[in-house]
Amino acid sequence: MAIYKEKDSQKAPIETKGVVFWVKNNLFSTPLDIVMTLMGISILLLIIPPFIQWAYIDANFIGETREDCTNDGACWVFVKMKMDLFMYGFYPKAELWRLQSALLLFIVMITSLKLLKSTKLKFASFSLYFIIAFVLIHGGMFGLEIVNTDKWGGLMLTIIIAAVGIIFSFPIGVVIAFGRASNLPVIKSICVTYVEFIRGVPLITILFMSSVILPLFFPESITFDKLFRALIGITLFQAAYVAETIRGGLQSIPAGQYEAADAIGLSYWQKMLLVILPQALKVAIPNLVGIFISLFQDTTLILIIGLFDILAMVRITSADSNWLGLETEGYVFVTFVFWVFCYGMSKYSSRLEKQFDTNLK
Amino acid sequence: MKNNNIIEIKELNKWYGDFHVLKDINLSVKTGEIIVICGPSGSGKSTLIRCINYLEQFQKGSIVVDGIEVIDDIKKIKALREDVAMVFQHFNLFPHLSILDNLTLSPIWVKKQPEKEAIAIAMKFLERVGIAEQANKYPNQLSGGQQQRVAIARSLCKNPNIMLFDEPTSALDPEMVAEVLNVMVELANEGRTMICVTHEMGFAKKVANRVIFMDEGQIVEENTPKEFFENPESKRLQQFLEQILSH
Repeated sequence: MAIYKEKDSQKAPIETKGVVFWVKNNLFSTPLDIVMTLMGISILLLIIPPFIQWAYIDANFIGETREDCTNDGACWVFVKMKMDLFMYGFYPKAELWRLQSALLLFIVMITSLKLLKSTKLKFASFSLYFIIAFVLIHGGMFGLEIVNTDKWGGLMLTIIIAAVGIIFSFPIGVVIAFGRASNLPVIKSICVTYVEFIRGVPLITILFMSSVILPLFFPESITFDKLFRALIGITLFQAAYVAETIRGGLQSIPAGQYEAADAIGLSYWQKMLLVILPQALKVAIPNLVGIFISLFQDTTLILIIGLFDILAMVRITSADSNWLGLETEGYVFVTFVFWVFCYGMSKYSSRLEKQFDTNLK
Repeated sequence: MKNNNIIEIKELNKWYGDFHVLKDINLSVKTGEIIVICGPSGSGKSTLIRCINYLEQFQKGSIVVDGIEVIDDIKKIKALREDVAMVFQHFNLFPHLSILDNLTLSPIWVKKQPEKEAIAIAMKFLERVGIAEQANKYPNQLSGGQQQRVAIARSLCKNPNIMLFDEPTSALDPEMVAEVLNVMVELANEGRTMICVTHEMGFAKKVANRVIFMDEGQIVEENTPKEFFENPESKRLQQFLEQILSH
């Protein structure tokens, strides 16, 4: 028989930590790694310095006309002079303060969400903001001049479409996902049909349908706004994808969670909203943010039904005879704007994931 | 005539597809009685107690619990589930809620208790099962035994007349079985009606009023613990006891 002495914990060996160790282990550990690392570095060297040369060192920032762009590099004067068009489309210049105050109020609303504790107040602040923002942007009340939606454009339009699409498609998608997971055959088949129909059709088709075919179903006296129709189309389209993403999350919830919720007496909606959905969302967040990011990018498709988002504005402004041949600057700028928004959403999603993570703390 | 049977099960039959899982079950439970059900796996014991709070539907027969007939009717099911609590083999705590929120969820949303009151009651039960200091942690940070005690506290929060235990110690490490059984023994001594599906024979001997042996969807034998363990009548029970008591 043997009895063993108790042992103390010791520190990990020093050579398994630190920068040098990391570089050696991750970049230069095998011959293939070395080749890949060197290739990667040389590709970066080939692309980045010329780009910086063009976009910054040789670029033109000062001036107001094409003639001020005397250097070889990018002519950012173009972007600067057309900034209002990129941001707000053809919104009347005199009324731009309304958009800017809507933006300012947005910051106020977000801060209020952080400060307010009660969920009801948060929801009230959130909803109130959208009503105020709509009144500000559209006008027609409180002596504000009406600005029709065909004047809306640029980044503002991109954001409005993406925001409305995300906010409204989410609850609809949740309900459809519940319906698809339900035991009631009629509800289930309606939801399955809806999802399968929408997912079988490209967004462009839905946009065409909502702008061309939808009015055919209504008497001529009823006319819907073009943007409004596009929003309905995009929301219904996005809802199907939200539903499928959430369904994936729902499937990962073990049956025991449903049973426990039943056993403590929760009703169907209480069970789904308080117990099942929060857990399903946690699983679905990365994919949900993924489809919201693609929605943000897909908003550029509204060009085909005659609405002008930020990308369309670049095309229009670069056709201006005073600024011909400057698409590159415009597109680089738009790329940057899209990147900022999408990267921001993706960062926000990883923060949410951490917030939802209750496994280890 | 007053019937003091809190649970009355008559001619209960249940099928999964063509598979006959419960065959003509008749069982009456008196108020305050502690019943232990044991039997080999697949014998229908879990299914039986899951029928009592309507987690499982059945095709024939009747169950009346505390004057409530168990049928597919939202109001009756709601009343039933306020009266009957269940503790599961895999605890089934809600991992996205803190321990305290797990306990107060049903009182706040189903019974519409004020939050403060619900928290006070929840803390009282957490103290009773000995985990009050973990109230703000999340389920996955606790050991299995602690999680099961939380699950018991959660089911106590609605002050049920009847408690169902579905193999509450089967998923636990041997070291943790005792802490859960201790809590269950305490509950048994309080006079609450309990039906426990378990193979903890020590527990059965200590607190049960009756022990029931099920096999192939039927009740094979039913007796007081003393007679059940000392003089098993049926061949099948003798074999079963031999198996589980041999080591």
